[in-house]
Amino acid sequence: MPTRPPAASRDELLFRAGTGAFALLLIGIVAAIGVELFKESRLSIREFGWHFWLTDIWDPVAGEFGARPFIWGTLYSSILALMISTPIALGIAIYISELAPQWQRRPLVFLTELLAAIPSIVYGLWGIFVLAPFVRSLQLATPEWMRDIPLFSGPPLGVGMLSAALILSIMVIPFSSSVTREVLKAVPQAQREAAYALGATRWEAIRMAMFYARTGIVGAVMLGFGRALGETMAVTMVIGNSPQIAWSLYAPQYTMSAVLANEFTEATSDLYLHALVEIGLVLFVITLIVNVVSRSFIWSMGGQGSSRFRWLRQAAGARA
Amino acid sequence: MRARWRRLLSNVVVALCAGAVLLALVPLALVLFYVVTQGISSLSVAFFTEMPKPVGEAGGGMSNAIVGSLMVTGLGALFAIPVGVMSGIYASEYAGSRLASLVRFAADTLNGVPSIVIGVFVYGIAVLPFRQFTALAGGVALGVMMIPLIMRTTEELLLLVPPTLREGALALGATRARAVFTVIVPAALPGIITGILLALSRIAGETAPLLFTSFNNRFFSTDPTQPISTLTVQIYTYAISPYADWHRQAWAGALVLVSIVLLFSLLARFATARMERLQRGQ
Repeated sequence: MPTRPPAASRDELLFRAGTGAFALLLIGIVAAIGVELFKESRLSIREFGWHFWLTDIWDPVAGEFGARPFIWGTLYSSILALMISTPIALGIAIYISELAPQWQRRPLVFLTELLAAIPSIVYGLWGIFVLAPFVRSLQLATPEWMRDIPLFSGPPLGVGMLSAALILSIMVIPFSSSVTREVLKAVPQAQREAAYALGATRWEAIRMAMFYARTGIVGAVMLGFGRALGETMAVTMVIGNSPQIAWSLYAPQYTMSAVLANEFTEATSDLYLHALVEIGLVLFVITLIVNVVSRSFIWSMGGQGSSRFRWLRQAAGARA
Repeated sequence: MRARWRRLLSNVVVALCAGAVLLALVPLALVLFYVVTQGISSLSVAFFTEMPKPVGEAGGGMSNAIVGSLMVTGLGALFAIPVGVMSGIYASEYAGSRLASLVRFAADTLNGVPSIVIGVFVYGIAVLPFRQFTALAGGVALGVMMIPLIMRTTEELLLLVPPTLREGALALGATRARAVFTVIVPAALPGIITGILLALSRIAGETAPLLFTSFNNRFFSTDPTQPISTLTVQIYTYAISPYADWHRQAWAGALVLVSIVLLFSLLARFATARMERLQRGQ
């Protein structure tokens, strides 16, 4: 190693420390989120313990705080959204990366990513005035015998689990489809050529590629799940905001993020506030786990970095 | 027989995939259709220049909310750009270091944190201690959301700068800091700026982190230490109100918001297409 003049090495040290300080700040913010949420929920954690998550009654006036309905609503709506969005998102990804003629690809990528660009509040507005009335007419048209099934019972309100799941699935599609597309791109072309050489049809070759990319596809779907779990405004506006545990798609329910959006500024006592922050803390932890696991799946596929402008485009989808 | 069946299945799946694309474009078209048709009938010059009217009085606008949105987003950018760009520089310059992979991990994690949770966090650090909702707190919340986007964009774009530029600068005797700030960053600057603008336009559409940080304000305010009205929170307030007049205002607000986002997405698309061409040219 040639020795550098001292001025240059001092300069280098300063540069590294200067930029590194900002990097540390970024890391510090993430850590601070966890610490702060924990600190601001300690009253509730101490008072209720695990009981908080196992109780169904949410009655702030009476000082009763049970968060089970919110966990239920968040998981139920997100899983339903995933069931609707996954086949569609995979279809889109396959079409764009495997089937579409070259000239269609860019416009289609742009259009599907536009779905991610529309702000949540706009989806919510549309949900209240267009989607919910539509779901209500769907409910009114439900034949009598079907209404006895718990899945379809309840009064025709329009707002409720089905509206929430539908709007969530629309919002999740661009995420899972764009990541699936990246993952499929990482499948070596030789895989497909080998399949064709053995006489495979188009679908058989695609299935081969999907099998090769299976971990990454699971990661892509999970990434969408993470988005759905934390999505707030659109869901708050159409889910009906009623803390109850029900299987019915038509029943108004509640999610963790929605209760935060609705009640946070109304929290009159410290215990009430801490109970709400505890819901936020758990939401943070759940989405953190889902994201880390899904990203490790995607990375293991080498999908990362296969498209160089991914981040510029994804500065796009970005946020739920 | 079997070959026919296999070909048939293949064609069915291909058709289903094309169908999925069309199916996803339906809600996109519907949302845009309603936003445009409902919005345009309520949009007027007054929407941009006048204050909100009380219930029952027709007309009025959202001038305070538009100014508020600009201000909160601007405050966020003020805080997010230095942090995002500098940590992006670190991550690309010392790409192999442990801190770089840690900061990348932190940025991706932060990017996945639900926006409402960021609102709760900022409430705890910037609202609770002062017992006051402030525009500044709203800016901090949006800033926290922008940081990971800006950091990753900066990092990716810096890594695209041809190594020959750096070698040239170093050969002329520049230190690493000098090479970075006078040669490498300027080379990537157009892309970085595009990325930042795109991030800004997206984050400007956020509602959840503002609900209990910048809150809302019925009056015109540019005071960073007071609550402030924003376009998104105002749309929310109007949308869940029972008044038809307010619903119309909400649609007009949605149209403005969607136009901004659309415009920036298109700009960014052209910019990235151009950069990809340049990249290939080299």
